[in-house]
Amino acid sequence: MEIKQYWRLFKNGIFGENPVFRLALSLCPAVAVTTSVRNGFLMGIAVTFVMTMVNITVSIFRNLINPKVRIPAYILIIATYTSVIDMTMAAYSRAAYKEMGLYIQLIVVFAIIISRAELFASRNKLLPSAVDGFGMGVGFMVALMLIGAVRELLGKGSLLGIPLVGARPMLIMVLPTGGFFVIGLLMGTFNWIEKRFFGGTGAAPGGHGMH
Amino acid sequence: MEAIKKEETLSPKLIVSVGPHVKDEETIQRIMWSVSLALLPSSVMAAYYFGPRALAVMIVSILSALGAEAVTQKVMGKPIAISDGSAFLTGLLLSLNLPSGIPLYLPIIGNVVAIVITKQLFGGLGFNVFNPALIGRALLLTSWPRLMTTWYKPVASLTSLDAITTATPLGVIKEAGAVKGMEELLKQFGSISNMYTEMLIGNRAGSLGETSIIALLIGAAFLLYKRYITWHIPFSFLATVAVLSWVVGVKDPVTGNISFFTGDPLLSLLSGGLILGAFFMATDYVTVPVLRRAQIAFGIGCGLLTILIRRFGGYPEGVCYAILLMNCFTPLLDRWFKRRKFGFVKERK
Repeated sequence: MEIKQYWRLFKNGIFGENPVFRLALSLCPAVAVTTSVRNGFLMGIAVTFVMTMVNITVSIFRNLINPKVRIPAYILIIATYTSVIDMTMAAYSRAAYKEMGLYIQLIVVFAIIISRAELFASRNKLLPSAVDGFGMGVGFMVALMLIGAVRELLGKGSLLGIPLVGARPMLIMVLPTGGFFVIGLLMGTFNWIEKRFFGGTGAAPGGHGMH
Repeated sequence: MEAIKKEETLSPKLIVSVGPHVKDEETIQRIMWSVSLALLPSSVMAAYYFGPRALAVMIVSILSALGAEAVTQKVMGKPIAISDGSAFLTGLLLSLNLPSGIPLYLPIIGNVVAIVITKQLFGGLGFNVFNPALIGRALLLTSWPRLMTTWYKPVASLTSLDAITTATPLGVIKEAGAVKGMEELLKQFGSISNMYTEMLIGNRAGSLGETSIIALLIGAAFLLYKRYITWHIPFSFLATVAVLSWVVGVKDPVTGNISFFTGDPLLSLLSGGLILGAFFMATDYVTVPVLRRAQIAFGIGCGLLTILIRRFGGYPEGVCYAILLMNCFTPLLDRWFKRRKFGFVKERK
């Protein structure tokens, strides 16, 4: 496979099939942890790591895993990597872990991870799987940081932890309600950009895998 | 082809066209402006009791609603229809739901959310699921709870700019409990009959449009007379609140025992935004059921939720959230109460 195709695969995770804005998967963490850019970034890092490693592992063992028990097998693989990132975060960033520790452990059941393992990694070779997992993870991180930026700006009157002068924070934006608002509006914006500038249909994409 | 030929032979004057066949003078425009007119007494009373500040809130609110509507319709490539009065009404209703002393950017934000997100993004007039003005108020209340619950004493003078903050009757009761709160209210108003009179006229703390019950009832009577609203929702709403507030009764703050069947229905009816909500918000054509029986169920649901929030919830007032929650049930209620077709038998399982 050529480098161009890998690049396209990577970009697919960010634009074409963005986990949050286009596939509408894993919306729970997208609402719950995105009260600031930093939280979104940390969650994105954790998910990117887990997704890349899970896709690599599933791809390696794709011919050895019995299809009848594949879902439990995937969950075990995901749980392993989630434990790694969970313990790492608990050790090195205590404050953030206290705030979002629960959601780090919940990565085990994120729909986007198991769907990429099932739809992509279990039928593709190692390298494309790794690129797909990484691209999807980065797409997830970008989405969470965008949502976090809007919510932090409006809800706390700060950006990246730096308070803005004269801000009148809207409390609703740091509540879950605001999360839904922002996700909906950003999703609409993404669809509009796709429709307006890339000639897309604006609807959720149909096919999966490599295009 | 054959049918047309047949009609031609029947009578040359027979005109075949699709419905609606009965045309009436009533238009959206007329109804919207009439409802706005019905709110005029309340607006005047608001300006009288809360001073020029109240007028400023109302004007900013209406202008921002019209502006938001025009800009959104322009951007979305729709014909600009701000003259139909629906945006004007939304702006006016939202301002009547606000306390008088709020900073003026609040009504602007509230109206932008009400018009752009609640109405236009859902498809414009006739397609919104929720009452735009109430969504605007709910958003403002959630975002700036302190600003939105700082109430001012009515000054009854058009020139006075001084304002004294105070609690609304419902706020007093929530804060101090039913028994003690009642004592405090009596101290504030003098006697119980005086309290009811002041509440009817509007000489009490509250949002701009909710205080003067008489002004609201004049507007409501006009709408009922013109048949722009029917009795079904307002009366089932008010009756449910009256009955339930009497049944739920007074809670003893010391022992925590609730003495049932001792509540004061009149106080519940007159306080808070109940009259404003029941006659002007819960009767919005777009967001409430169409069928009469469904409307009664809608009103009962609103009353039930209002009492639940007032008595057991965290907020002193629950009319806004009660109506919004029942808005969600509107399609379900319409489906549930749909008349069964004649001769149609439900299949047995």
